[in-house]
Amino acid sequence: MKNYFKGMKAVTKMDYATYAGVILAFVIVSLCQSFGLLNRSVSGMLVPICAYVCMALSLNLTVGVLGELSLGHAGFMSVGAFTGIITSMSLSTTVPNELARVVLALVVGMIFAAITGVIVGVPVLRLRGDYLAIVTLAFGEIIKDIINCLLVGWDENGLHIALNIDGTKSIASLGLSENGIEIIKGAQGASGNDRIATFTVGFVLVLITLVVVLNLVRSRTGRAVMAIRDNRIAAESVGINVTKYKLMAFVTSAALAGAAGALFGLNYSSVSAVQFDFNTSILVLVYVVLGGLGNMWGSIIATVVLYVLPEALRSFSDYRMLAYAIVLILVMLATNNDQLKGLLAKVIPVRKKGDAIDG
Amino acid sequence: MEFLSYLINGVSLGSIYAIIALGYTMVYGIAKMLNFAHGDVIMVGGYVSFYATSFAAANLLGDEPSAGATLAATLLSVLLAMVVCTALGIIIEGLAYRPLRQAGNLAVLITAIGVSYFLQNAAQLLFGAAPKNFTPVVSGQLTLFSGQLRISYVALLTVVVCIVIMVGLTLFTGKNKMGKAMRACSEDQGAAQLMGINVNATISMTFAIGSALAAVAGVLLCSYSPVLQPTTGSMPGIKAFTAAVFGGIGSIPGAFLGGLLLGIIEAMAQAYISTQLSNTVLFAVLIVVLLVKPSGLLGKYAPEKV
Amino acid sequence: MAKKFEYEKGKMVPVPSHSIIPERDVDKSPILECSHLGIQFGGLKAVDDLNLTVGRTEIAGLIGPNGAGKTTVFNLLTKVYQPTMGTILLDGQDTSGKTTVQINRMGIARTFQNIRLFGNLSVEDNVKIGLHNQEAYSMFTGILRLPKYWKQERTAHERAMELLSIFDMQDLAGHKAGSLPYGAQRRLEIVRALATNPSLLLLDEPAAGMNPSETAELMENIVKIRDTFQIAILLIEHDMNLVMGICEGICVLNFGQIIAKGTAEEIQANPAVIEAYLGKKKEG
Repeated sequence: MKNYFKGMKAVTKMDYATYAGVILAFVIVSLCQSFGLLNRSVSGMLVPICAYVCMALSLNLTVGVLGELSLGHAGFMSVGAFTGIITSMSLSTTVPNELARVVLALVVGMIFAAITGVIVGVPVLRLRGDYLAIVTLAFGEIIKDIINCLLVGWDENGLHIALNIDGTKSIASLGLSENGIEIIKGAQGASGNDRIATFTVGFVLVLITLVVVLNLVRSRTGRAVMAIRDNRIAAESVGINVTKYKLMAFVTSAALAGAAGALFGLNYSSVSAVQFDFNTSILVLVYVVLGGLGNMWGSIIATVVLYVLPEALRSFSDYRMLAYAIVLILVMLATNNDQLKGLLAKVIPVRKKGDAIDG
Repeated sequence: MEFLSYLINGVSLGSIYAIIALGYTMVYGIAKMLNFAHGDVIMVGGYVSFYATSFAAANLLGDEPSAGATLAATLLSVLLAMVVCTALGIIIEGLAYRPLRQAGNLAVLITAIGVSYFLQNAAQLLFGAAPKNFTPVVSGQLTLFSGQLRISYVALLTVVVCIVIMVGLTLFTGKNKMGKAMRACSEDQGAAQLMGINVNATISMTFAIGSALAAVAGVLLCSYSPVLQPTTGSMPGIKAFTAAVFGGIGSIPGAFLGGLLLGIIEAMAQAYISTQLSNTVLFAVLIVVLLVKPSGLLGKYAPEKV
Repeated sequence: MAKKFEYEKGKMVPVPSHSIIPERDVDKSPILECSHLGIQFGGLKAVDDLNLTVGRTEIAGLIGPNGAGKTTVFNLLTKVYQPTMGTILLDGQDTSGKTTVQINRMGIARTFQNIRLFGNLSVEDNVKIGLHNQEAYSMFTGILRLPKYWKQERTAHERAMELLSIFDMQDLAGHKAGSLPYGAQRRLEIVRALATNPSLLLLDEPAAGMNPSETAELMENIVKIRDTFQIAILLIEHDMNLVMGICEGICVLNFGQIIAKGTAEEIQANPAVIEAYLGKKKEG
């Protein structure tokens, strides 16, 4: 056993340590939950944390591995959330088993987000740098606006969908039958949903996302994507089809965000499109950057800490978001300024970073 | 006639975007960073001007102030807003961005987002979350064609201010020594430093100018839509950033053109397509323009040398 | 001083109107044939009417003063720029309309004057990226780690190590490419290019920044690569010891035009070449 570990590369060890850490965290939290050690507010945070961890991992694929700044990642989450809710609500009688319905909803959310990813990715990935960033932002806002106008209902005749473009339509215009279900009501979003997402489902999704991202990075496809990130011209010169691999990474990232969105949406009884605006994209980007680009373990830790932090700062009441902002700025300064880094290194002896993490 | 009034509305809104976009574009051109906190500096400008005018109305001016006294108070409040924002811009740059001059783009971007959070939450603590009713700097409107066309004085003032700023900045960067230093820094910071240009001072100066413009934009924006709250600056900030990219980020005439076009598109989309989807139309136009011209309307496209 | 490098050159035979190629390659069709190749940037003809033939196992040199258009020729051959005039035949096949990626798959690999490695990745991964098109498993095979993944990854690892051993770089496999010393980075770029299994290797100033003993070693290795892989090598270099030492055919470029072609001895004696490098002797 010992020899087996010795033979593994540092990269592989790091991957297994990440899996082990996630599983351990799940076991500990589940135990605490079954012994009633968690209060309501903490239990309520578990599923959203899982969803945001998946979001951060998937965004890290775009920003860290592909090296393109996306400011509209919440748009894919939104697509996943609403298609997931539509699936879950329309199937509530046909598929009474909640677990089966959650899984179906996650898969549908993932597929629709992937399709959106293709639609957004094809034009966006032709641009470079900040121009690419602003266009992802634009797409995120467009998705938000369109869902804000969306009216969806379900009855025995199937799905009814309408777009409230001029502000004159309402859910009544769908003409649902008596036992129809109103699913998405324009700007009000979706309400009265079944809350069928559980922490276990969330944990499994985190694990799946992690496996997808890490295995992708360590494969031929992932190497091609990272080659494009490091030097596009050299990647072309060794015969790598830049557009194809950029799109592959982007769509995978969008699909994973869609699944995360579906998980998130199925955890609340009401969800609206404004919850997935530019600020949400930025929030996830902060998790990714603080966790370290390309560092999946870092993304997980950063997400959990930064999600819990505002709650932990509750004792500061009104000052907590201010404190959050200050912490954010200070962390960025401390980790990116050479003089401050030198100072920190003297105080805290940090293990020298190998190339293992730069996946 | 209806079309004309929408157009004037669009030009006026576009002028505000243009003034904000100038701040984005100058900072980007020189420091190569997206200053996401720029929109919140606008909000600060709005609040300073709001409290200054309220203070003047309550304490300095009498019950029925003369037109001259009101004008003086308004001008002073705008001036005060500019001074405060300029100071704020220099402080933000010095404390948060300067230490990261050698760091990666993303680190600076996240720090800027942190600064933006900070300004919004500080404003919420200081001024409260409840929206304030801003009194427009000028009131009344011009009536033309026997009442068929009404143009508010605020709209006219906005356009005039924007043109003055545009001409001023073009002259400044073209003729003035500091302006030339700015252009040199935006081309190549290292080379500029070797030519004896104080890069840090130049960047500070850029932030100062950008923030002063943000204060002006803040006052005009709050006069245009007189609701002031801690998040007032966010969306106009994002749109102005879009405008800067639209016109070609780093280019001053580009920011002017981009802002103006964006304002007109927004006004037209609201009038003729859909109020709900006006932002969608606006962003869709941006996407199409960038696909045709990947560096914006007036941006320089520099292919990578092999 | 670098040790004198001894190398038996093949006898050069003229090929009508194009170039001269080694006698041993004359019977085989040439690997590269450019005729009337040119590109215009605005009004400037950066490369003009370039005719060049490279034999199957030839080591050819492209030299000329700074700004003569040497790297532009490489960029034309690899379609970083699309030529505005002329044709390029690779192994008899027309390359017009092809992209850089397709050109690599057709058999041209290159290195860059300003090193372009995948700096954040390990040395081994850099080589494996060169092997990209020789592996053939899908993204899903990679994510699910099906048996095909393990099999091909093992092959890729072995092949990468084998290629690294050309320059004795196996021990550096785990290091980050960006952290290697300059000379090692240049060598890694050559290994990465070789990994794509080319029939023509373009080296852009391979000896730049190397000390004389490193250069001497590089010369041996270039010849070794040609002999082992039986490929043609076209190189741009300012180090005349290297060029005169190993290049069989040499082509001199000035202001985008070929001013001389021939063997090392012929080039050294050519008055037009001396003039291009040193300037015209003043009359009187």
